[in-house]
Amino acid sequence: MMKFGSHSPSRTPHPLPTQTFGEGDAPLVSLRGAGVYRSGRWLLRGMDLDVAPREIVTLIGPNGAGKSTTVKMALGILAPDEGSAERKASLRVGYVPQKFAIDRTLPLTVERFMRLTQRLTGDEIAEALARTGVSHLSRTQAGNLSGGEFQRVALARAIARKPDLLVLDEPVQGVDLGGEVALYELIQAIRTEIGCAVLLVSHDLHLVMAATDRVLCLNGHVCCHGAPRAVAAMPEYRSLFGARAAEALAVYEHDHDHVHLPDGQIAYGNEEQAPAAAHGGVDACGHDHRRGVHTLSHEPGAPAHAHAHGTGATGETRVGAREETGHAR
Amino acid sequence: MLDDFFTRALVAGIGVALVAGPLGCFVVWRRLAYFGDTLSHAALLGVALAFLFEANVTIAVFAVSLLVALSLLALRRSGSIASDTLLGLLSHSALAIGLVALSFMASVRIDLMGYLFGDILAVSRLDILQIWLGGAAVLAVLALIWRPFFAATVSEEIASGEGLSPRRTELVFIVLMAGVVAMALKIVGALLVTALLLIPAATARRFAPNPEMMAVLAALIGALAVILGLYGSLSFDTPSGPSIVVAALILFIGSQLKFPANRNAPPPADMKDASR
Repeated sequence: MMKFGSHSPSRTPHPLPTQTFGEGDAPLVSLRGAGVYRSGRWLLRGMDLDVAPREIVTLIGPNGAGKSTTVKMALGILAPDEGSAERKASLRVGYVPQKFAIDRTLPLTVERFMRLTQRLTGDEIAEALARTGVSHLSRTQAGNLSGGEFQRVALARAIARKPDLLVLDEPVQGVDLGGEVALYELIQAIRTEIGCAVLLVSHDLHLVMAATDRVLCLNGHVCCHGAPRAVAAMPEYRSLFGARAAEALAVYEHDHDHVHLPDGQIAYGNEEQAPAAAHGGVDACGHDHRRGVHTLSHEPGAPAHAHAHGTGATGETRVGAREETGHAR
Repeated sequence: MLDDFFTRALVAGIGVALVAGPLGCFVVWRRLAYFGDTLSHAALLGVALAFLFEANVTIAVFAVSLLVALSLLALRRSGSIASDTLLGLLSHSALAIGLVALSFMASVRIDLMGYLFGDILAVSRLDILQIWLGGAAVLAVLALIWRPFFAATVSEEIASGEGLSPRRTELVFIVLMAGVVAMALKIVGALLVTALLLIPAATARRFAPNPEMMAVLAALIGALAVILGLYGSLSFDTPSGPSIVVAALILFIGSQLKFPANRNAPPPADMKDASR
């Protein structure tokens, strides 16, 4: 059984200025050996995950790696077929699901969409929309927004709830590259402001890097995990995403103080923040990969995962399975 | 005031329309048109069983519709047959069993047409009482589950992830649907119940900026369709149930006309997916 619980919540003292409330250090959500079995195979097995208060945890991995499945188990949308999934009592969640869009048959203004799962005052709505930069859209029909606008509205809705845990499944879909960086910086700023933990799904480690405290690299199981810089250097990470991913990372690191917006303007981002380095070195990887048998593949659309490492636990190898099978009804 | 059969028809019809409108909105939003059809076909089985066991028709129809709806839900969640196949299977099986059961009752003469197309001009005071009390109960429960059920309609994942209970509200909604089918059977008949759910809601979509407004408008448009349909049926000596549906259709067509001045209106429902 894989164990990587070395990241105990008590060891996550984030140097944040807004650390004013003390809910204790119990994890908000906790998966233990959790797995999901669908249509004769395991989508995901042996998943251990703790998200501590105010921590930003990023799940990365190729398509079908089980990122969304992990999120759904953590939120109680899917029940694990083995292992356990626990949440703190009365945990307040703000959730932006993957590939989420509003059907145009629904009459739904942005303002009403903000009040989807709870009552909010007009001020609370205005404040959240302003925070994500979409105040001007409050009277627009949600079905008519562009991809980028809608992602910002969806994020505003999730943060308006003042959640303990913000869960964002591929929040940058439909957002251009400059917007992506800005969005990740916004997420980091929001974490500081409302003091929520963030569980983030991405397929792009180098973009989320500045914002994230801890990365779990998934591929049907946890391949490797640790602080982002450490994970990027791990052979397991390189085997999943290819050497080019690591190079791209280096480029971004040298260029991370500003981004060039499509119109030629320059937006200054946050300085690299302490948390990324706070956890220090590489968490020990709890299982053995037989190195050298991985194929390097980072082409979009290429078979997601063609490597054949034994996981020790199951020996399962999944090739290019699609994430969507996870929520078949 | 309720002495006149025409007044009774109006009061009963408006009562049903006021309930069918808001529920019909969910039928439109969640794409449950065929689900409504299945329930109303199952209603005929309920009628047959009511005569067989000499039970109250409305209660029997409610029970059978509910049973069919719950089996549908269970079969769909177990999942290897597509939803539309299941709907067709249950709908036509229930209808066929109902017709077979009716044929065994040679001693009882049933006006089948009355149940297929409704018999609104024959509603009694008791029917009216049933419709208004039952209708008020249905609307009250719908108001209670409104926020979580609408949230689950927008995104089941969000509703579930943020701690609402989408499956429970879906069950409640199914009970409400069975109730409305039982009430509407006498007014427009099994074949046209779905029309009373769908058409006013589809008409309201054009004018509604938010879901609550659409529900209110659908109720009012449905009531207007009942009034127009009944007066039309009186003037032209046409069958009353179908006349109500025709009136609803005319209102729908009117709603689809372009008004150049009204640029802030939401897009018509049939423009969905145009941008995806």
